Amino acid sequence: MTFRGEARLWIAQRASAAVLALCVAVHLVTIVYAVRSGLTAAEILQRTRGSIAWFAFYSLFVLAVTVHAPIGLRSVLSEWLGWRGRSRDFALLLFAAFLGWTGMRAVLGVFA
Amino acid sequence: MAGNLKVSVWRGGADGAFQSFDVPRQASQTVLDVVTHIQRALDPTLAYRFACRVGMCGSCAMMVNGVPRWTCRTHVDKVAHADSLEIAPLRNLPVIRDLVADMREFFDKWARAKGQFRGHATRKDDFANVRPDSAPRVQADAGIECIGCAVCYAACDVVAWNPQYLGPAALNRAWTLVKDERDRDTLERLRAVAGDAGCHACHSHVSCTERCPKKLSPTAAIAGLKREVAKAVLHGDL
Repeated sequence: MTFRGEARLWIAQRASAAVLALCVAVHLVTIVYAVRSGLTAAEILQRTRGSIAWFAFYSLFVLAVTVHAPIGLRSVLSEWLGWRGRSRDFALLLFAAFLGWTGMRAVLGVFA
Repeated sequence: MAGNLKVSVWRGGADGAFQSFDVPRQASQTVLDVVTHIQRALDPTLAYRFACRVGMCGSCAMMVNGVPRWTCRTHVDKVAHADSLEIAPLRNLPVIRDLVADMREFFDKWARAKGQFRGHATRKDDFANVRPDSAPRVQADAGIECIGCAVCYAACDVVAWNPQYLGPAALNRAWTLVKDERDRDTLERLRAVAGDAGCHACHSHVSCTERCPKKLSPTAAIAGLKREVAKAVLHGDL
């Protein structure tokens, strides 16, 4: 990959990390609130189903994970396993697609 | 100070082995004193480098109990574990023989990182007027005292994992030039230090900063390069 591409990946990873810092904090607070308030699964679904705000929030969360995790894994694969080049990047694209697909499936599961 | 020090010293090339020596303890003894004693009194075939003995030249850097250090400025009292020392050539560099590491790749990477100053003024121009308290000059000054001892390079795990990585010293040098307003190669230099073998490979483990005997912070320099590259890419300059 060109230095420009590498630089863009770095920017994308830093930007997605900033988004994740916010998303993880909100997610954890939501979990603690739901558990401490004794909400049932049905009550949680009642709040999330049809909620554009929760749908947008968790879609953003999934997008940030889809960008962030494969870029980090890219360094791990090259440094620990010596796997570099197009085959690695193609495998990571598939991994990103897998994260995006499973993540959005989960989001739609509580929205739709 | 009585007693002996048990010293394991690397002998041979990459497939060599440690050899043990008993060296008498002395007051204020440095690790370089220990190595010198071995060569002068016990085994004259031991190969090692040193020059100034006062922490100015950086040529006596070695691994001491697994940590890269200037041996001339390292007191045995501070680093010996149970009266024993292990001394090896600098990590991440090929071994020539015994305690002598091959520094060529280390300095070649300075050249690859465009570590040479290229000014934009000619001899007809007046002296550049650089304010010592200007932000770029302060940032360059923070890294300018590097003497190229390769301690940071030996301390860096990223160099061990990615042999193409330019390393902390070369990137620190590039950063001091990027912040030198008299230099005209900034964009070319940013191009040279970006990417998988350059500043973007750094994980900010901070080992270089932790071990630098001059108390410099290559980590900060590399972070600065990442920012400058990001800005140049976003502005479309690169």
